[in-house]
Amino acid sequence: MIPAEPVKFYQVGSFAAGNRLLPAELRTVQADASRANSLTSGHRACQGCGEALGARYVLDAAMRATDGALIAVNATGCLEVFTTPYPETSWRIPWMHSLFGNAPAVATGVAAALEARGRSDVRVVAQAGDGGTVDIGFGTLSGMFERDDDVLFVCYDNQAYMNTGVQRSGATPPAARTATTEAVGPEPGNPFGQGKNMPALAMAHGLGYVATATVAELHDLEVKVVRAMEYRGARYLHVLVPCPLGWASEPADTIRVARLAKESGLFPVFEAERGEVTRVSSIRHRVPVENYLALQGRYRHLFGADGTVARPDIVGRIQALADANIARYRLLEGAEP
Amino acid sequence: MLRQIEGSRAVADTVVACRPEVVCAYPITPQTHIVEAVGAAVKSGALAPCRFINVESEFAAMSVAIGASATGARAYTATASQGLLFMIEAVYNASGLGLPIVMTLANRAIGSPINIWNDHSDAMAVRDSGWVQLFAETNQEAADLHVQAFRLAEELSAPVMVSMDGFLLTHAVEQVDVPIQAEVDAFLPPYEPRQVLDPADPASIGAMVGPDAFEEVRYLVHLRQLQALDRIERIAERFAETFGRRSGGLITRYRSEDASVVVVALGSIVGTLKDVVDALRERGERVGVIGVTTFRPFPHAAIAEATGNAERVVVIEKALSPGVGGILSTDVAYAIADAKRRVATVVAGLGGRAITERSLLALLDDALAGRLEPLEFLDLDRGVAEHQLARLADVRRSGAIPENILRDIGVTGFAPHLGVPR
Repeated sequence: MIPAEPVKFYQVGSFAAGNRLLPAELRTVQADASRANSLTSGHRACQGCGEALGARYVLDAAMRATDGALIAVNATGCLEVFTTPYPETSWRIPWMHSLFGNAPAVATGVAAALEARGRSDVRVVAQAGDGGTVDIGFGTLSGMFERDDDVLFVCYDNQAYMNTGVQRSGATPPAARTATTEAVGPEPGNPFGQGKNMPALAMAHGLGYVATATVAELHDLEVKVVRAMEYRGARYLHVLVPCPLGWASEPADTIRVARLAKESGLFPVFEAERGEVTRVSSIRHRVPVENYLALQGRYRHLFGADGTVARPDIVGRIQALADANIARYRLLEGAEP
Repeated sequence: MLRQIEGSRAVADTVVACRPEVVCAYPITPQTHIVEAVGAAVKSGALAPCRFINVESEFAAMSVAIGASATGARAYTATASQGLLFMIEAVYNASGLGLPIVMTLANRAIGSPINIWNDHSDAMAVRDSGWVQLFAETNQEAADLHVQAFRLAEELSAPVMVSMDGFLLTHAVEQVDVPIQAEVDAFLPPYEPRQVLDPADPASIGAMVGPDAFEEVRYLVHLRQLQALDRIERIAERFAETFGRRSGGLITRYRSEDASVVVVALGSIVGTLKDVVDALRERGERVGVIGVTTFRPFPHAAIAEATGNAERVVVIEKALSPGVGGILSTDVAYAIADAKRRVATVVAGLGGRAITERSLLALLDDALAGRLEPLEFLDLDRGVAEHQLARLADVRRSGAIPENILRDIGVTGFAPHLGVPR
């Protein structure tokens, strides 16, 4: 049996979670007044941006783990555009953007230079959206994985090309409406049976550490970053980051949507070492997928005007995907009754 | 020390003497021997602490060099042809970021049709990328230019590409005085980056620049190139002082001072042209050669001065801009007065076709007699072309042009299903 990941917050009997009552060493990095503020305020992300939130937690946790000896490489995308409109920058860490599809290779170069210059104490994080990871950056990412270069690669997955106006990517889920998978015709939205399972592909490279996380459980995300930085070689972290613009969800619902992605089983949260799943975050309050879908305008074509399911056939197929994840990753074992 | 050595090996040994800290390699003919030899030096420990990275594509090769250079390491790679095109997005990026990467380009044609032999199509494809582009005439110069390239790149904070003709130079074995370590160390100071990724002094590199500043940024890239013109000459002089031989510089001139016909060319063909000029001079003809060592930035003033007295300027180029003609000749014409009357373009040696002394002699005889068309194709078999044109007019599904032509000219053993070595 795969061990279930213990909940990392002080719990008050619901999803509300306390940090203050935890022992000091277990509290979140963000709760620490001396956190790095790697991605500082004043950037130009949309309201409720999951990526900005995730990146802030990831990098501050990595800064904590490396005692401030960190260099970040960024692919082209929202995170790059909203943080560095010349002559401003929101980065308080050494940060570099080169191109859309080469962040893994640039990070390899940074790591190689650090090694050649005797600075292996400085660590490297590379980050990209799902397009920069599963599509245009996949070749360089696979090469970096295969060589086991000393880089933590973080994918902030919002499931489409949001920066260019919400076009489909290889990470767009079935039935989702994007600008290039219109909600028209008998099979509206993105086709079923397509898309890449990037965490599984990363695991297939035999990486020392692969993990998934969502911005609904930010403490879990921090812990995984810290754990990843304990390894040398290539590591992969896949973070689900809802995008209010592209998902047509309320900015105030970003955390809720991310949580329901996990609690429905659509987005399994787990850790893997050397290609084997070693820990899963159990579903705590299982919900049907329609609870997750109904919050997002990109699935509006599946619902009627009164909010009831208008396409039970399609919702049923999505539910089947969630059920398959639940069975595959044993997401209900260890769940609360 | 003079050694009988393959051009690739001479360049590899020279690069090793330049003490690169990160070298990345992806195989493509005809540059492979260079990175293989550098890789062996790294593997042996002779180049410690240099890192040698076997990447999965040329796009990654240039990207690894970008990351390494931005982190303060001296970075080197080599490529050719399709490889250069595959990395072209990163080629532009390296220049925009002002990273002093040095890259060898073993000049090779670009397909389709796939062709592994020499011409200059690859170098021409990146002429507007903001890289300094140097062309070697000989293997001695190819080796020497690399030492100068690292110094130039790091002084300018700009990447430098050293072109050497694929096979004609890379695979030619001849005597080369390979620069020795002590002399290279005296000539090439350690790399001191202008900007570096450093946790002690965090910088954001590669920010987005909008219409408010983009033109100024590009203008400064242009100025940097113009500054390079001056530095290239000074570095070549300094090189001559240290190593006791002349290499590099903007242009080379051979018997051109009083010439009525001056030939302008890039790379190893300049050597052949010198022999042709000698032969014509013995006949009393006033001809000369100008070799363009520095193609980017383009030495307009030096070309104008060197061609000032010539009645005809014949530009021989191993590249073609379809629908236009010459590429180098466009730059030459821009440099000299009355270009329309005086400049002729000769496209020659595409895809490795040998440019023979005999053809060049006939060509220059035509030039001396004022018989050259504005655009000539050396040794072009017009009959073959016309046969294919007739076929195209005759049959809609007329088949692939390269295969048709190979059949027409009777190339035996041609089996496209067996593929061609990359």
